[in-house]
Amino acid sequence: MSLATETIASLRKKLLAGEITSVQIVDDIAAAIEAKDGQIDAYNNYNIEAAREAAQNADLSLPLGGIPIAIKDNINVIGEPTTCASKFLEGAYNSPYDATVTAKLKAAGAIPLGRTNMDEFAMGSTTENSAIKATKNPHALGHVPGGSSGGSAAVVAADTAIASLGSDTGGSIRQPASHCGVVGLKPSYGRVSRYGLVAFASSLDQIGPMTKSVEDAALILNAISGEDKADSTCLDAEVPDFTANLGEDIAGMKLGVPAEFFGEWLDEGVKANIDAAIKKLEDAGAEIVPISLPSTQYAVATYYIIAPAEASSNLSRFDGVRYGNRADKPENMLDLYRRSREEGFGPEVKRRIILGTYVLSSGYYDAYYTRAQKVRTLIQREFTEAFEKVDAIVTPVCPTAAPEFGQDSDNPLQRYHADICTISANLAGICGISVPCGTVDNATGEKLPVGLQILGPHLGEAAVLKVAANYEKLR
Amino acid sequence: MSQAHIDVKYVADLARIELSDEELQTFQGQLEAILGHIEQLQTVDVEGIEPTAHASPVFDRTRPDAHRPGFGPDILIKNAPDSSGDQLRVPKVVDA
Repeated sequence: MSLATETIASLRKKLLAGEITSVQIVDDIAAAIEAKDGQIDAYNNYNIEAAREAAQNADLSLPLGGIPIAIKDNINVIGEPTTCASKFLEGAYNSPYDATVTAKLKAAGAIPLGRTNMDEFAMGSTTENSAIKATKNPHALGHVPGGSSGGSAAVVAADTAIASLGSDTGGSIRQPASHCGVVGLKPSYGRVSRYGLVAFASSLDQIGPMTKSVEDAALILNAISGEDKADSTCLDAEVPDFTANLGEDIAGMKLGVPAEFFGEWLDEGVKANIDAAIKKLEDAGAEIVPISLPSTQYAVATYYIIAPAEASSNLSRFDGVRYGNRADKPENMLDLYRRSREEGFGPEVKRRIILGTYVLSSGYYDAYYTRAQKVRTLIQREFTEAFEKVDAIVTPVCPTAAPEFGQDSDNPLQRYHADICTISANLAGICGISVPCGTVDNATGEKLPVGLQILGPHLGEAAVLKVAANYEKLR
Repeated sequence: MSQAHIDVKYVADLARIELSDEELQTFQGQLEAILGHIEQLQTVDVEGIEPTAHASPVFDRTRPDAHRPGFGPDILIKNAPDSSGDQLRVPKVVDA
């Protein structure tokens, strides 16, 4: 049995017992990539030799000692390319430094191995917006893996990685985790530093783990959390041992179920899985509390003002001057900016930059942007009030299982609507996890995974992980 | 503001992106549809509600005014599309 199929927790036991070496893990991952990634196309690049060398020197006394971890291609790893799956950066940018999360993983003994495909600049929910290649869902190759962290989900699902890091601005960890049948955790805003993550929407972005088990997600969160002087939004808050409460039972916990997350748009097969999961949690002693989050109906509109607005500002740095694509023979500076960006960005990125520029432009700023920020306050307030009554909230992750390639590719608004269950957590700054909870069959009988979302209050990851770990055992 | 209207060419110009005629046409329809959906926020009662700029209750964090190491030009210039010595090269900005 290949070591690439195992969890961090199980490999760590074997490493400490001297049964295996870190180099063997790297070699098994290399073999798995060789065998499968040609079909799945989840890695944009990887350097097995560098990983082998790091594995030879691995310090097994550290919490993640000797464990290779794949990293989304928008997070800097020193000396390696970071492409953001964009033509703007592909072949034109090498990271001059480690992101804080990369440095923290290394400090915990982990070995960065491979950069995973994504929607260009993390804009999308299918990974089809990658300018590099189309990643397939390992459970059904005709279906997308979800996105934007589709590569990070697919490598874990296909056992071509032990675990990975993703980033989540509106569901980009939880939704691909749901579609690929893996665990994906979006930490609270401020829990994990974003220094070295290529910024998309700075008031929403968070980095988090994608893993084969809830325990593994907790192990990675332990390593990457904590204050960072290089990211002033990263909080000086106590970082507990997130593995400590996983074994406690959930009897007496109050779990809220918001009616607004179960609209007519929810696929029947997905709903059946979520209902069954909630029943199991109830049988395990949790109290199920119907709640209401009425502003959920405005979440998509609010998000698609705020996120593009921030993106239009953040992506102004891609101007063809300091790094990345530069148009040939520019006539002047304006021509250099305009053509470098025209050539370098794909359609979804252009669409969002233009939308964001529009809502921030003179005459529209208050009507769109300020108003969206006020509705955001309402959304956040409703969650705060809900968490006074319940310990966590359980919902679907996505209205459907993974779609086939090309579905709604010319109708971006339709795709945006599918984000309804995940984006509220980013707007409110709270944490959430997707854990596998079942499957639905596609037309040819392939089993498409479905995830259960568990949302917790700001900095309430321990509660979310506890519910998730309990559910994982009940399944 | 009942009818969403966006002049895509003008806004793309503000965003410093050149667009083909085909892109202009595609984006026009798609962005009008998106703005049409966004219009629903006009119906929300936000009287007296403060805007939320970001989701943590932390404001105006300062750091000690201390010297920190940065990246030297030798490191940063490696990613430059065009350079001369340790400087970035760009088209002429000021007319002689």
